[in-house]
Amino acid sequence: MNLSVQYLWLIPALPLLAAGIGSLTPRSGKAIAAGATIGAMGLAFLLSCGALVTALQDPSAHLVANFTWFELGHSTVRLGWLLDPLTALMCVMVTFVGLLIFIFSTGYMHADANFTRFFCFLSLFAAAMLGILIANSLLLLFISWELVGLASYLLIGFWFHKPAAAAAAKKAFITTRIGDLGFLLGMLWLYDATGSLLFYDAGKGVLESSALTALVTQTTVGGLAVSTAIGLLLFCGAIGKSGQFPLHVWLPDAMEGPTPVSALIHAATMVAAGVFLIARIYPLMSADLAITAAPLHALSVVAAIGAITALLGAVIAVAQNDIKRILAFSTVSQLGYMMLALGVGSWVAAIFHLLTHAFFKALLFLAAGSVIHAAHHEQDIRRLGGLKGPLKITFATFAIGMMALAGVPFVFSGFWSKEAILHAAHGWNVSHLPFYAGLIAVVLTAFYMTRLVAEAFFGKARSHASEHAHESPAVMTVPLVLLAICAVLLGFLGTPYWPWLQHTLDPKFHSEPGGAGLMVTSIVLVALGIGSGWAVYGRRLREKANAADPIEAKVPGLFAALAARLGFDELYAATVGRLNTFLADAADVFDRYVWDGAVRLLAGLGQFTGTVTRETDENLVNGGFDATSEQLKATGKTYSRAQTGDTHGYLLMVALGFVLLVLAVMLGGAR
Amino acid sequence: MSLSPLQLCLLFSSALFCVGLIGALSRSNSILVLLGIELMLNAANINFIAFWRFGPAPAAGTGVVFVLFSIAVAAAEAAVGLALVIAVYRHQKNIRLQEANRLKG
Repeated sequence: MNLSVQYLWLIPALPLLAAGIGSLTPRSGKAIAAGATIGAMGLAFLLSCGALVTALQDPSAHLVANFTWFELGHSTVRLGWLLDPLTALMCVMVTFVGLLIFIFSTGYMHADANFTRFFCFLSLFAAAMLGILIANSLLLLFISWELVGLASYLLIGFWFHKPAAAAAAKKAFITTRIGDLGFLLGMLWLYDATGSLLFYDAGKGVLESSALTALVTQTTVGGLAVSTAIGLLLFCGAIGKSGQFPLHVWLPDAMEGPTPVSALIHAATMVAAGVFLIARIYPLMSADLAITAAPLHALSVVAAIGAITALLGAVIAVAQNDIKRILAFSTVSQLGYMMLALGVGSWVAAIFHLLTHAFFKALLFLAAGSVIHAAHHEQDIRRLGGLKGPLKITFATFAIGMMALAGVPFVFSGFWSKEAILHAAHGWNVSHLPFYAGLIAVVLTAFYMTRLVAEAFFGKARSHASEHAHESPAVMTVPLVLLAICAVLLGFLGTPYWPWLQHTLDPKFHSEPGGAGLMVTSIVLVALGIGSGWAVYGRRLREKANAADPIEAKVPGLFAALAARLGFDELYAATVGRLNTFLADAADVFDRYVWDGAVRLLAGLGQFTGTVTRETDENLVNGGFDATSEQLKATGKTYSRAQTGDTHGYLLMVALGFVLLVLAVMLGGAR
Repeated sequence: MSLSPLQLCLLFSSALFCVGLIGALSRSNSILVLLGIELMLNAANINFIAFWRFGPAPAAGTGVVFVLFSIAVAAAEAAVGLALVIAVYRHQKNIRLQEANRLKG
């Protein structure tokens, strides 16, 4: 089965249609909304498989279908679809993971009053993400990108009656908007410099050699090549969307949404968008590598940000107690890995990790959702415990996800993709610091995931909720099992011994020898992380929910700082937040005293003149005017009755008047 | 009866206008009334585009420019309208249009 590129738009259009159906379904039509959403996603999955078949016929080709959106004066704005192995593989991943998450949601959300609204938003989210994937135009990508932002706002704030959820939704929206400003500026600059926003357009696209050569040869402020500057601006958008340092603060708060939403945000959509963007515009990002004398290469910044994020997320995750928050910070850290891989020049490793991460992170979040569902919405791992007995399937699948994330060797997919990234980082000839940051993050990842499993599943139940936990229904466990199978098998598509995925994504890819020593190092580090995690948390299991954490007992200051997420939220509140408040106050003062003062002065003058004239009036010219004014007053009173204060009445009058006008024109004949 | 594209556009925009008008007249929530007004405005925009596109001189971008202006004005209008809604909310603790009648004669 083939899907030609002209019909690629069907992939996002189907979930969009389902979102439309969902929005028109009344609250009681749960089956219709869920059926439409899941059916559309299933069809989109089949179409994506068809697209993959088409793309695999010639992996090096970029199939495009461009069309004109509108013309304005002499310039035309064109959009288009793009089909290459990157698009196709991502589409297959997003639709498959999304489908499983949707099925899981029917179980997780079955008691929610706004079930239909939830499925409508989920579908919109998936449609927007698929729109990003198939776009052959930066403009179309940006439109879908903003739709993703909107859908994430709606879903994070789905339980908007909780103040924390409403605040988290606003935070996610505004924080990503800061990055999007950079994206918008970069896009405008790119259009100004090349006159096109299409990626591939028979030699005239922005990712093709003629445009890239032009961009590299021009320089701008500070001796930067124009391509570097544009690349960095576009990277700002990716920083915001993919939760990179310093805009990572929204991602952990996004946990306030329902758990399937967290799974969707963290695995298939939203955060993957930033990594995908950089992989898509990789020719632009890497164009400046041709000039060795450049003061700054765009990709070096990407690598540095990625390394910082990978380390930061892993460090903070060690001291969190909320099961979803630990997973959220692990996502921050893993996204840092992906950016690191992009930065050191191996975008195929980044996409490989993105794909494997999507499966095991969706698995971990859905398993966490199953735990939360079973334990009556208890999320604090100190108050869970002893769940491995009652929740056998959830425990088994969570353990598989945990081992994949930690990078347990050979069997689990996370090992191979992380290995590919470390290999690429090791081979980077600019600096070895990102490589070491990656190694430290490997140990920390294994450590905090061991802590999470030991605290939540082992030992004895430490609260009423976890004592009475029982396994979730099949509609929730079956997606878990399927995802667990993928979390294991997917790694074998990209091992150094059979790098099928790498060759498919980039036909010029050739694997470099000499990875064995590195592999041994990372196996030792993973063993170290899991071993120390088990030594600290597993040997002496937590007895009481309020007992201090073993690390907290040793170094309370450090633990408290980490638990407070190193104070980034406070820092932003003290700087950006306060600046905003200051500006608002300044505007208020200006309004209150300067403008208001001027108005008051005028009013005082008017009042004074008024007094003078009144005196003259009353004493000199009153006489015969009184009678006239009485009559005027009466007329005024009559007319003031039309001023009913009923806005609808006014509107109706306007509408009736309009109809009369139309009738008058029609009956009067066209002259 | 076959309709020309222009007529179809005009029918569509009339339908949109009516939907907006009915919404603006029948809702008591002032945000929904604003939405209705927005719909009517967009119906007018569609008319602009339709008359430009199927009119005598579609080459010059007058229709598009006119509509872009109109959209920009609509954005400003929405900002003012929502600010008014917030101000009204502060005074009377709800945004029901019928109750905003303190200035009546």
